[in-house]
Amino acid sequence: MSAYLLRRLAYALPILLGVNLLTFALFFMVNTPDDMARLHLGVKRVTPEAIENWKAARGYDKPLFLNVQASGSGVLTDTIFFEKSLAMFAFEFGQADDGRDIGNEIRTRMWPSLAIALPTFVIGLLVNISVALILVFFRHSYVEWTGVVLAVAMMSISGLFYIIAGQYLFAKVWALAPISGYQDGFNAARFVWLPVLVGVVGGLGAGARWYRTLFLEEAGKDYVRTARAKGLSEARVLFRHILKNGMVPILTGAVAVFPLLFMGSLILESFFGIPGLGSYTIDAINAQDFAIVRAMVFLGAVLYILGLILTDLSYTLVDPRVRLK
Amino acid sequence: MMPVVLWTDLLVWLLMAALVGAVLLIRRQPHLRAPWGRVARDPMAMAAALVLAAYTAIALLDSLHYREALPPGPQGEVHYAPEVKSVLDRLLAPLVERQEKSYSAPFATHAFARETLTGPDGQTIRDFPRLIHGGAHLADPVRDRAADILARLAAGLGGGLVIWLAWLGLRRGPRRRRHPQLPWRAMDVTLLALMLVVGALVALAPHYHVLGTDKVGQDVLYASLKSVRTGFLIGALTTLVTLPFSVGLGVAAGYFGGRVDDAVQYLYTTLNAIPGVLLIAAAVLILQAQMEAHPDWFETGAERADMRLLFLCLILGVTSWTGLARLLRGEVLKVRELDYVMAARAFGVSHGRILGRHILPNIQHIILISVVMDFSGLVLAEAVLSYVGVGVDPGMYSFGNMINGARLELAREPVVWWQLGAAFLFMFILVLAANLLADSIRDALDPRTRQRT
Amino acid sequence: MRRLILLLSLIPLAACQQAVNNPYPTEEAGLGILYSAFSERPKHLDPARSYSSNEVAFTGQIYEPPLQYHYLKRPYELIPLTAEAVPRPRYEDAQGRSLPEDAPAAAIAVSVYEIRIRPGIRYQPHPAFSLDGAGKPRYLPIPTALLDEVTAIPDFPEPGTRELTAEDYVYQIKRLAHPGLHSPILGLMAGHIVGLGDLAKTLEAEARHGKGGWLDLRNQPLAGVQVVDRYTYRILIKGKYPQFIYWLAMPFFAPVPWEVDAFYSQPGMAEKNLVLDWWPVGTGPYMMTVNQPHRQMRLTRNPHFRGEPYPAEGAPGDAEAGLLADAGRTMPFVDEAVYSLETETIPYWNKFIQGYYDASGISSDNFDQAVQAGAGGEVDVSPEMAARGIELKTSVSASLFYTGFNMLDPVVGGLDEKRRKLRQAIAIAMDNEEFVAIFRNGRGIPAQGPLPPGLFGYRDGREGMNARVYDWVDGQPVRKSLTEAKRLLAEAGYPGGRDAVTGRPLVLNFDTPARGPDDKARLDWLRKQFRKIDIELVIRGTDYNRFQDKMREGTAQIFEWGWNADYPDPENFMFLLYGPHKKVGSGGENAANYQNPEFDRLFVQMKDMDNGPARQAIIDRMVDILREDAPWIFGFYPKNYALHHGWLHNVKPNLMANNELKYRRVEPGSRSVARQEWNRPHWLGPALLAGVLVLGLYPAWRAYQRRQQAPGRSGRTEP
Repeated sequence: MSAYLLRRLAYALPILLGVNLLTFALFFMVNTPDDMARLHLGVKRVTPEAIENWKAARGYDKPLFLNVQASGSGVLTDTIFFEKSLAMFAFEFGQADDGRDIGNEIRTRMWPSLAIALPTFVIGLLVNISVALILVFFRHSYVEWTGVVLAVAMMSISGLFYIIAGQYLFAKVWALAPISGYQDGFNAARFVWLPVLVGVVGGLGAGARWYRTLFLEEAGKDYVRTARAKGLSEARVLFRHILKNGMVPILTGAVAVFPLLFMGSLILESFFGIPGLGSYTIDAINAQDFAIVRAMVFLGAVLYILGLILTDLSYTLVDPRVRLK
Repeated sequence: MMPVVLWTDLLVWLLMAALVGAVLLIRRQPHLRAPWGRVARDPMAMAAALVLAAYTAIALLDSLHYREALPPGPQGEVHYAPEVKSVLDRLLAPLVERQEKSYSAPFATHAFARETLTGPDGQTIRDFPRLIHGGAHLADPVRDRAADILARLAAGLGGGLVIWLAWLGLRRGPRRRRHPQLPWRAMDVTLLALMLVVGALVALAPHYHVLGTDKVGQDVLYASLKSVRTGFLIGALTTLVTLPFSVGLGVAAGYFGGRVDDAVQYLYTTLNAIPGVLLIAAAVLILQAQMEAHPDWFETGAERADMRLLFLCLILGVTSWTGLARLLRGEVLKVRELDYVMAARAFGVSHGRILGRHILPNIQHIILISVVMDFSGLVLAEAVLSYVGVGVDPGMYSFGNMINGARLELAREPVVWWQLGAAFLFMFILVLAANLLADSIRDALDPRTRQRT
Repeated sequence: MRRLILLLSLIPLAACQQAVNNPYPTEEAGLGILYSAFSERPKHLDPARSYSSNEVAFTGQIYEPPLQYHYLKRPYELIPLTAEAVPRPRYEDAQGRSLPEDAPAAAIAVSVYEIRIRPGIRYQPHPAFSLDGAGKPRYLPIPTALLDEVTAIPDFPEPGTRELTAEDYVYQIKRLAHPGLHSPILGLMAGHIVGLGDLAKTLEAEARHGKGGWLDLRNQPLAGVQVVDRYTYRILIKGKYPQFIYWLAMPFFAPVPWEVDAFYSQPGMAEKNLVLDWWPVGTGPYMMTVNQPHRQMRLTRNPHFRGEPYPAEGAPGDAEAGLLADAGRTMPFVDEAVYSLETETIPYWNKFIQGYYDASGISSDNFDQAVQAGAGGEVDVSPEMAARGIELKTSVSASLFYTGFNMLDPVVGGLDEKRRKLRQAIAIAMDNEEFVAIFRNGRGIPAQGPLPPGLFGYRDGREGMNARVYDWVDGQPVRKSLTEAKRLLAEAGYPGGRDAVTGRPLVLNFDTPARGPDDKARLDWLRKQFRKIDIELVIRGTDYNRFQDKMREGTAQIFEWGWNADYPDPENFMFLLYGPHKKVGSGGENAANYQNPEFDRLFVQMKDMDNGPARQAIIDRMVDILREDAPWIFGFYPKNYALHHGWLHNVKPNLMANNELKYRRVEPGSRSVARQEWNRPHWLGPALLAGVLVLGLYPAWRAYQRRQQAPGRSGRTEP
């Protein structure tokens, strides 16, 4: 087990390097440092000298990957890629291209993001599983049929529509929530409940359907039939056997979604004016602030790897048949 | 007339050919025929299949492109119009040509917004102007409209009914006897519904804007029908691109473990760790830069838009295989520990055989379900991508572009609901049909659900 | 599911009794705060850098350049802000001899602007000014323990202040040349201010060799800018540049004290965002107290502000509009201004309707709801809005949207007769009246030339009509017929939209960075316009960078562009078509790469002239050339429609002034009443929704019970 963990941790390094390399390549295939300079200096009255100055000040006046003019190891190290990537591994994100400190920003923005993403995720998971269990429990009845049709209907609606409808009904017509905005502390609840509700309802159709499929699969297995034959009550079969055994795919799915929590509330955040990391990232993409994009991608990758290791660990906890070596 | 074969046209027709080939194969192979036979006997599945076939027909009609020949030039040489049309455009020509100035509600005879008009007495007044085409044949729209619509509707429905009855009479004879197991009643009812809808549209659409008009006065029904192809392509082609990656790599990682597992995990962890939107955005932007650098690649705007659509499918495919691959790996990890698989390995059965006989049948339902869920998910994802600005070409008809346009319309007062409504309706039926078919396929194919019966 | 309903019903109940949708803290109710929004985080608040309007919206309230625009008078008039008087330039020739005011521009070697500022003006409280007992700067160097503790400028325990001096203005002009600041106007100003370019070179060399840290600009001489005495400084301009005076009303020329620069340059400050780019320091009526650009910005009244009387005279009609009610009273009136980030238009609009923003622009989609056009085209708020006391202010911006042709393009560019006719034909086909009606709901005036109304040189009525595109019919311009356009097209060598020689259909390309959902309709419309004269238009949409590349390389064919005036002078629009400012090659602002020798000659002549009949005559000739050559299709001058609630006073659109906040006055009392009345929570709707959900669950519950009672536990029938 510990050998396995060590191996996974050792893998994290090349993965992070790969992520960095890929982000870097993709970004600079689209944007040249000149583009970035021009974007930051504005549209009006920009001179070529100003662009050169900007690049020099930000360290973008070097070659991307290979510095053929440098000598020795400078060929690799005296490049934008090396200089901009190295500090990441020490979690020093440095300054954004507009001169503001990224680490500072991440620390303040992470809380609003979590305030939306975490409840949406947890409540969403609970609601989805509950609904799926209800549907499985009432198999072959009109309850299931209606439920499935409703779920299908709900998953064929664009997420944007849920947001617009939720804002329209709860914030505008019924005046029950602020349309957008955010405050710290306990006041946050006032701003958070509507986006969370929208997020949960928006994900309910697909979620419930997916978990139902997983549970039905379990329900068809021999041990379930045996359990029923033994005379266990339907509820007991459902919770003791089906739910428990269905946890393996649920866990894989849940952890796979985990890093997307950052990205997932991207549109929610921008519609509801939540000052979180999702809107930070999307703003950075729009502003082509490479320093922020790189920092966010790196952070996401770290969290993602953490999630992966946790998943594999939970495999062994839930299902002893799975062996890790 | 010069036929134009766009890349996506080619792929769609290839896909169709593959589908026909698969059907023929299934018919010949008894062990495949049995489970698919169960699908064919399920009334819900067959009804859904019929609806999907209707959508497919629209998409296919819209995938036959051509350029019209212009009158010969001064030296008699032939040139073709720069505009690429499809057979569907030709069929819907009455809808295309009947453009209004701006918004109008479904079945409206007057525009949606007031305008400054000059009255008969030379006075300027602020009122709703008559539409140029919608209900233009009515002398007094206020008095005659309802009666006219009802009359045309009745005629259309009647026509649909007649065609349906004719079809009923045609197939009553030998076909039914040859395939008594098919759920004819459900199929007939679905067909009736389709016929009635088509009949009503044929009767009404040339005289009214059945689903209203959009901001620039284009018929929303036309936009919806044109969007079908885009949605269909994004769902179908992307899945095609995804499958080899996700199945091949996912199964290999789960089954072989060790270095293969490490390599595959490295690949998808790295890809997965990068936020999908960023990855897609970057790829789409790179493509755009390439297209800008070579404007001579494309003779027409349609080709540009088509290339963008194709690459969007490719990019979505390359970035979205990781989810299914992860799932399959997890499942294969479980399956390979099953007793009979262990036994097979112990007996020295070849890897190919084990994969084919034991592993794949145990995971194919996951693949199928994931594919169908992806289908609808991808159609929906397109809307979000358009919101971020990296979706299909902004000039292309697509559900995403329609929904995004409608997003702003909902803030109007009174609300302009018909564009969102139309996109919702067309998409909803498409996704519902796909899901119902998928459910049935799943019930029929899943080895574990089969054990129950 | 039930858990969800429980949550749903609990949260709003717990939050508040009334107006649960109030996005602001409850303790703010009833205070004299102005609520506004910003849609994009300001990138720079450093006066040497901020240029775009969303940045100047903040810096304009904090910084005080020597001059400002009169708030009410039209046409726009410069008046002193911190200066004693508006400076008049003194001209000298190359030998340093004084020249009379009417000296020919060619003879003038230097224009001297001497600016005298008022004594007794004090800066806002700020730690940079804080002195300890010995009279030394208290926070220079800043104690490490304190630096760890503070996160914002208001956190510093003992701020100080000091008097504004002429040296502060000089210091800021030197900052424009600072290599680390990348001032957007350095290139422009280096061409005008004597010695600024040399200073930039010196500083750059110094920055390269130096060890970083603070560069004390007081030791760096700048030949063209001198301190005369404590309250007077002098700026030397190369030759004659009458437009320079307008720059003196922009934050670029606001004072920056050296203490502030030194304070912010200390190590460790940038990591905490304690920089001038984030925390401005000025003498203006407001100071920044909260800077969270991802959420909220807050400007609070500067306690050291000297006070300034509200203008006593205005334009005709201002008194009737109530704009002179506060005449002579001491500004500012509002204690605090809160700006919230609002990136989407729908929430922005709804919050305005709910009374949570005091003012709002109108997007095209909310137009019908808010505004009614009368029969004669005049506009007013709709009855529903009027009932809420909402008022409408309209103004025509000093901006122009246009469609440009790349004059280097082999198909549409060039000054020969055929290409010219092709462009003229397209100009006729492009129905800008319809565009304004559909996409801007009438909020724009179709343009007849490059100069928007309100600028010197603009002509109204028949003599201002573009006779290449319009005919004068019944007292108004009417667009020429498509027949005329098709005739021109035929003469251009494309009868029926096909090349007369080869017979190939004419296909043109439109380059655009468009990507939003609303763009599709617009692009469809555009293609429709070209199709009217049988031209097929291909839309080449790309991202913004690629679009910029194409513009710079001159590979675009037809494009859209716009320009916002920096200052109200025709030169600021005409220079966009001046040959030597071509985008390709010189990187200037002439995006169409238009170059007509006669136009260029007239431009050089016109730009330094004083307003008068002679200048008007030259401008008329220049506009005529442009209409004939048609490098642009003049689109429209946007009209701004701005709504504000009845409790906000002294609102008059001023497109040049950027320090409007101090004129505003709010009535918090009537605002609180209105907010409560407009935002009564409705519980019936959600209660019904919850009821439907519970009812939906009831059959399931029944089924469950039935199943429990059924004799054989699995009463189901397996298929």
